[in-house]
Amino acid sequence: MQEIKNYTINFGPQHPAAHGVLRLVLELDGEVIQRADPHVGLLHRGTEKLAESKPFNQSIGYMDRLDYVSMMCNEHAYVRAIETLLGIDAPVRAQYIRTMFDEITRILNHLMWIGSNALDLGAMAVFLYAFREREELMDCYEAVSGARMHATYYRPGGVYRDLPDRMPKYKESRWHKGRDLAQRNEWREGSMLDYLDAFTRDFPGKVDEYETLLTDNRIWKQRTVGIGVVPPEQALAWGMTGPMLRGSGIEWDLRKKQPYAMYHKMDFDIPVGVQGDCYDRYLVRVEEMRQSNRIIAQCVEWLKKNPGEVIARNFKVAPPKREEMKDDMEALIHHFKLFSEGYSVPAGETYAAVEAPKGEFGCYLISDGANKPFRCKLRAPGFAHLSSMDAIVRGHMLPDVVAMIGTYDVVFGEIDR
Amino acid sequence: MTDTPANSAPAAAPTTLAQRIAARLGSKVVSATGSFDETTVEVLPENWLAVAQALRDEVEFHFEQCVDVCGVDYLGYGQTEWDTTDVSSTGFSRGVEGEGPGRFKWSNRPIVGAGHKRFAAVAHLLSIKNNQRVRIRCHAQDDALPVVPSLTGIWPGVNWFEREAFDLFGIVFEGHPDLRRILTDYGFVGHPFRKDFPLIGNVEVRYDEALGRVIYEPVTSVEPRVGVPRVVRDDSRYEQAQAESAAGMK
Repeated sequence: MQEIKNYTINFGPQHPAAHGVLRLVLELDGEVIQRADPHVGLLHRGTEKLAESKPFNQSIGYMDRLDYVSMMCNEHAYVRAIETLLGIDAPVRAQYIRTMFDEITRILNHLMWIGSNALDLGAMAVFLYAFREREELMDCYEAVSGARMHATYYRPGGVYRDLPDRMPKYKESRWHKGRDLAQRNEWREGSMLDYLDAFTRDFPGKVDEYETLLTDNRIWKQRTVGIGVVPPEQALAWGMTGPMLRGSGIEWDLRKKQPYAMYHKMDFDIPVGVQGDCYDRYLVRVEEMRQSNRIIAQCVEWLKKNPGEVIARNFKVAPPKREEMKDDMEALIHHFKLFSEGYSVPAGETYAAVEAPKGEFGCYLISDGANKPFRCKLRAPGFAHLSSMDAIVRGHMLPDVVAMIGTYDVVFGEIDR
Repeated sequence: MTDTPANSAPAAAPTTLAQRIAARLGSKVVSATGSFDETTVEVLPENWLAVAQALRDEVEFHFEQCVDVCGVDYLGYGQTEWDTTDVSSTGFSRGVEGEGPGRFKWSNRPIVGAGHKRFAAVAHLLSIKNNQRVRIRCHAQDDALPVVPSLTGIWPGVNWFEREAFDLFGIVFEGHPDLRRILTDYGFVGHPFRKDFPLIGNVEVRYDEALGRVIYEPVTSVEPRVGVPRVVRDDSRYEQAQAESAAGMK
């Protein structure tokens, strides 16, 4: 009688479906998973320790690099924690801008997710469609901050600068000229808000396009329906948040339940799933894109009507304007002290959480009164989600692991920190 | 604690979460305080599990989720590198004092004395049913071997969070089913987030032509360096802001 042993394989860290640097040690009985042991940390950069070694403002850029597909949401958690400790508030216009960019970020993240998840499960086209719209929103990031991804746009006390009054246009080239060029620049004639206005009108149709590719697609349903079912009790026990929790039918969204920025003024719905499988989480995320689009439209409408300050006029925390620095000694001193020493944050501790696209992104900040954080713990949603891997994929087939990694929406920037 | 007498008809009915926790768990908690609309509960290791269990199971708390567990190293809390208050005969401090992690190499790291209660495990709990949060903290009693009971039996999701705190701070979670390193490299030595661990690290890797493999060596390519010294400034603005928020919160 031949003895049959379980077979152990390494899934990643170089596997394209491992979404970065996940090393997954799988113990297989045939094609059935007996045990999954994710090895993370291959992208560990010690962000939290680095943040402890720098003045508060210099770490905002590190936040972008945590979950590098939902950049501004990470900044938002960090900046909110500092604002709580300092006891300052951002002006209303800055709050609206933050709300709007949080939602732009959510769409960016979900587009990335829908594209790569579909690609993992064998649908190439969705990726190309999703990146088309992603590019349009990336242009907003670039217009407002100068960087397509790592914006460093939010600051304690507001945002770095006001929205630009014009969008960069495509220039004439051998490939883009005449009517084609005019069409490409059609949205870009006015301000950034006009551009976003056009985007929000256009985007629901684009979401319909993704849905025609996937929602009733037989192969897509075979790969996701009934796969990776997370019962609500399990979702709670494993610390799941965001679409992972809502996919299991629990209506929990920090934007509604513990609102921050301007979400209490926004009209939007929280989609929830029924079965808690990969397909439900897909539907939840698709609907979230539509809801985010609604929120952006509301913010655009308000921002068009209400010009104003976008950062608190508190020179201990936010720099004075360049013009003021040129003829005011006080302003110059403030600028110098702010960019060299930074500001001291009163001793205390706080935990600020935001509803990032992947779930609850939190920043636990302890200050001992110095100009650098004493401890800055970043709570990444993906870390909690991935830790449930073993419990969920046990008994599934090998291809379902790929579906599961996709539905977790893992990004190793935030998991490994 | 200074409640308004106007609506305190049910005599001394605890109103804030901190008061309710203090009233219910009494001697099991060291303190329960509130600041910035947040509640912090200090617990001793021997009561850690009992308090966590009560906070999860009792209806008025019902913290069914533990969103985060992290380690904290309180070594050097409040210590600065630049004294801004005193001027000596040689002038102001030049901002080169102190023993922050950016200042030393592994070989001349500060040797920690007998000062105690350095390490703490901090857990953030969330109640979805009651829409409330609480922070519970447990100081490990021994600095040389910090031990805290593991919460994995209460919330299975803290498994990785405790592994992380073990990896980065060396806090041992008693009763944890699988306390391995998680974020650092295979075969890593030390606990990098401790305050006496240098920011530049301990070893560096390079490929050795002669040996034909990657080797580990003490760090030589980087010098410890601090761009901006750590400084505490006592400022009346913050006191005012805190007084205002305290007055607003009651």
